[in-house]
Amino acid sequence: MTQKFRLENVGLINRDKKLSFKFNGKTYYGYEGDTLASALIANGVHLVGRSFKYHRPRGFFGAGVDEPYAIVQLYRNNETEPNIKATEQELFEGLEAKSVNCWPSVNFDIGAINNFLKIFLPAGFYYKTFMWPKSFWYRVYEPFIRKAAGLGVASTKHDKERYEHKYEYCDLLIAGSGPSGLASAYAAAKNGARVILAEDKPRFGGSLLTSDVNIGNQSGEDWANGIISELKEMPNVVVKNRSQVFGYYDHNMLVMSEKVSDHLPKTKKHHPKQRLWYIRAKEVLISSGSIERPLVFGNNDTPGVMLSSAAKEYLKVYGVLVGKNPLVFTNNDSGYETAIEFKKNGINPIILDSRINPQSEIIDEAINLGIKIKFSYVVVAAQGYKKVSSADIAKISNDKKQLGEIENIKCDCICVSGFWTPTIHLASQSGNKTKFKEEIDAFVPGTSKQNETTLGAANGIFTLGETLKSSFTAGQDLSKKITNKDNKISFPNVVEKISSQHDKFWCVPLPKGKNYKRFLDFQNDVAVSDIEIALKEGYRSIEHVKRYTTLGMATDQGKTSNLNGLQLVSDIENKVVPAVGHTTFRPPYTPISIGAIVGREVGKHSKPTRKSPMHSWHEKNNAVFVDAGVWLRPRYYKQGNENLFEASKREAKNVRTNVGVCDVTTLGKIDIKGPDAAELLNRVYTNAWLKLPVGKARYGVMLREDGIVMDDGTTTRISENHYHMTTTTAQAANVLSHLEYYLQLVWPELNVNVVSTTEQWAGAAIAGPKSRKLLEKLFPNNDVSNEGLPFMGYMESELFGVKARIFRISFSGELAYEVNVESDNGQFMWEKIIELGKEFQVQPYGTEALSTLRIEMGHVAGSELDGRTISYDTSLEGLISKKKDFIGKRSLNREAFTSSDRQKIVGVVPLDKKTSIPEGSHLVKDAQAPLPNKKLGHISASCWSVEYDNPFSLAILKDGKNMIGEKLFVMSPLKNKVIPVEIVSSHYVDPKGERVRS
Amino acid sequence: MLHIKCPHCGMRSQNEFSYGGDASVKRPELNKEISDEEWDNFVYNRKSLRGKHLELWQHLFGCRQWIKVERDTATHEIFNTYKADEEIS
Repeated sequence: MTQKFRLENVGLINRDKKLSFKFNGKTYYGYEGDTLASALIANGVHLVGRSFKYHRPRGFFGAGVDEPYAIVQLYRNNETEPNIKATEQELFEGLEAKSVNCWPSVNFDIGAINNFLKIFLPAGFYYKTFMWPKSFWYRVYEPFIRKAAGLGVASTKHDKERYEHKYEYCDLLIAGSGPSGLASAYAAAKNGARVILAEDKPRFGGSLLTSDVNIGNQSGEDWANGIISELKEMPNVVVKNRSQVFGYYDHNMLVMSEKVSDHLPKTKKHHPKQRLWYIRAKEVLISSGSIERPLVFGNNDTPGVMLSSAAKEYLKVYGVLVGKNPLVFTNNDSGYETAIEFKKNGINPIILDSRINPQSEIIDEAINLGIKIKFSYVVVAAQGYKKVSSADIAKISNDKKQLGEIENIKCDCICVSGFWTPTIHLASQSGNKTKFKEEIDAFVPGTSKQNETTLGAANGIFTLGETLKSSFTAGQDLSKKITNKDNKISFPNVVEKISSQHDKFWCVPLPKGKNYKRFLDFQNDVAVSDIEIALKEGYRSIEHVKRYTTLGMATDQGKTSNLNGLQLVSDIENKVVPAVGHTTFRPPYTPISIGAIVGREVGKHSKPTRKSPMHSWHEKNNAVFVDAGVWLRPRYYKQGNENLFEASKREAKNVRTNVGVCDVTTLGKIDIKGPDAAELLNRVYTNAWLKLPVGKARYGVMLREDGIVMDDGTTTRISENHYHMTTTTAQAANVLSHLEYYLQLVWPELNVNVVSTTEQWAGAAIAGPKSRKLLEKLFPNNDVSNEGLPFMGYMESELFGVKARIFRISFSGELAYEVNVESDNGQFMWEKIIELGKEFQVQPYGTEALSTLRIEMGHVAGSELDGRTISYDTSLEGLISKKKDFIGKRSLNREAFTSSDRQKIVGVVPLDKKTSIPEGSHLVKDAQAPLPNKKLGHISASCWSVEYDNPFSLAILKDGKNMIGEKLFVMSPLKNKVIPVEIVSSHYVDPKGERVRS
Repeated sequence: MLHIKCPHCGMRSQNEFSYGGDASVKRPELNKEISDEEWDNFVYNRKSLRGKHLELWQHLFGCRQWIKVERDTATHEIFNTYKADEEIS
């Protein structure tokens, strides 16, 4: 198929490389350097989508980031991505795209019936209509709205692409590579500053690529190319295209999204698809330019109506004509520039200028070229459904209120220019208080809050000479402050045509008897009438009008609609625009893919994975792992076809009858040294610590200041001023911060140092009646008898030449020891235990068996110490010292904590001794009681008791102390279970604790 | 993301720090008889100021020191940072 709208010898595309692509299933051709939009227009395709609310046909309106219409679903390398602007997506070989928000097809869209129902879809329609009946929301309204709405479909597949994050520091970050960006970057770079210059488009130069100017005897484009090549050679400069600075955050941190591979058919090996840059800049120069403002007239959303600057860009950059019979409708000189470009390429445009008798060099040039110009003329309405076919035009009175006789003229596109809106998003995000500039009818940055300066068109300066001069100066001055250098560069001579004053007119009145839709927000289908209704209904604040009508709330965030919306509100309200004010600009400036935001932190990389030094042994021995915080721990070791239940039962049983070994490396370990170490422990733990002898361990509980239990564990006195504290796996980091807080801020007089040694020690718990026999084999030179190493004793030794610490402590309730060796020797220790334990039937056990053992012993863990329980609740009140003060003690006499029916830990056994009790179930008195059934407590942990071979659970139960022997019901609506149970002591096995001392 | 000057390490990004609340709160001395009200004020009651606020941060992924940061809670402006034991005039 030929590209009927492609010009020869015009544009910056590479005609040597022809590319094929598919749009809505049909194959077309374009060139390297095209965007999807320019290639489609070259092929005469203007119908690309349907509007959001009325499903009206939509074409192209802009040529870049401001595009409200041409949003497509993209297919690339077996993946699909929604919300892609055709005006930004670069063409590559094999690209496929489809229209969105239309069904069954863009040409015949059922939703377009909304267009005929539009009187029923006024502003706030959804709020008004879908409120009642209430039950309809789930069943009728929501499914319908979901089906009808939408701007594409997210892929449900795992995204195999790689997205990177990069952190960067620089002296000057310059956002935008138009004339102001280039000039300031050049001046700053020459002054030795570290500069990052970011351009969202593939080509550098911004407006210089399309404007007819001369800088230092070169065309704008040549001058831009020269500056860019020089900047690229400089070691202190980073120049990035396809990179959008989209967010300006606190303390001069900006975030930029670099599209590394989106323009390629496939991401290159080892390359990311996109890269997110977090840039901390000393100074930020915002040279983001301006976006042309639409003029508002009837049916101004018809495909073929577009911004005149876009038409010019398609022509000059891509060599593409948006039409062969163009009408230019303008209120300023920019429309003339577009018309002149058409004329130079053999097309005869007609200019309608709303102004009465403007005079300037540009207008003279248009007249001299023989372009037909009608002053005081406006477009009343575009005609044509899927494409503009003609325009109703009329003369307008000098007060812009009366229309003359309507004429119809043939045209195939209408290029509109309603003057320019500075892109102040970044400045506004930075906290800059923007101000309204009367001369340009737009907001510009005002007082800076952070180190930011806005230049050129973004600052409301629309002449090239002034822009370059102020930008060179800004680059020079700001870099001088940082580098203390003062390398002067000479300003180039600039030749440009000076424009005449624009017309403040922007909205064409409706002709008598006509009710054309005049759109303000093209993506969300907000028309002039919608704003009028909102104001009639009493909405006044621009923020409320925005939310009620959805003006500016689409994915384009109102880049082309905001100011016209404000103009309208201020016109109706008879206020000036600055009194109405603008809505808040929030990042991101343009949609950013979730992948880029997440970066590499997906799947197993979403958090770090910590492994014990014995991990590879566990792997080799069929361990099934479980996440314990960021640690991977063996949950059980699978033998044959065992499942979790069978394996954990076997492992736990073996601990009770023989001996088991468990990897306890993950326990938090904190080394505490200093003459005041005992005093610190005494203040941190609820029990007494001052008299713990060297070589002894003690169990301790620590509270938060509000009296709630924070953590528990054993601490061992290694030597006079040296202690080894253990914490639970989950609380290790918090406990260290807690200790540091008190040592650094509350009691700095205590001479103590704390440091985490979790990673320095590998730990193995050896538990079971035969554990001492195994220990004798491991440490043949030590006396590990009950006298030599009594319960809560500690000993330093050597394990076949390796330094080892032996603690006689027990979590399983059995006779047990914990052996620690330096991490590098962990695997050696483990293998020795397994090897020498064979004759005692040693088996490794995982966290599931560990839980079973502790539950049936009534030892508390994280599920009981859940941040809501105090010592009493968990039967740890015996460890509360009456003689000393400690962290959180003052809270314990709070009324709720001393209440007589306070909850307490109990054991729970099902009456049938068979039914397992789901964790989290509620305990109730009467299973038949009407809902909500009064909850007496909850099941905190469940296991299958290997001692008694029946289910057993721990529960936190109201007045638990007096409930032993009571019959209650466990209810789990989630699992649809009601189980009659008996309340027993939480110490189900060995209640006197004889085994640990044996 | 804030940029916080650790008095021990220099300028660092916020994600190296963790927030620790109002720095003006003083823990009552151990073993001292105090009223419920005084204790409640220490444990629970905070002012939630808008404006200049002296607060605690810990340089968690750095020197692990608790520091004091004088910050405007509305604008995020950081006026000064201090070591834990530094006298603030």
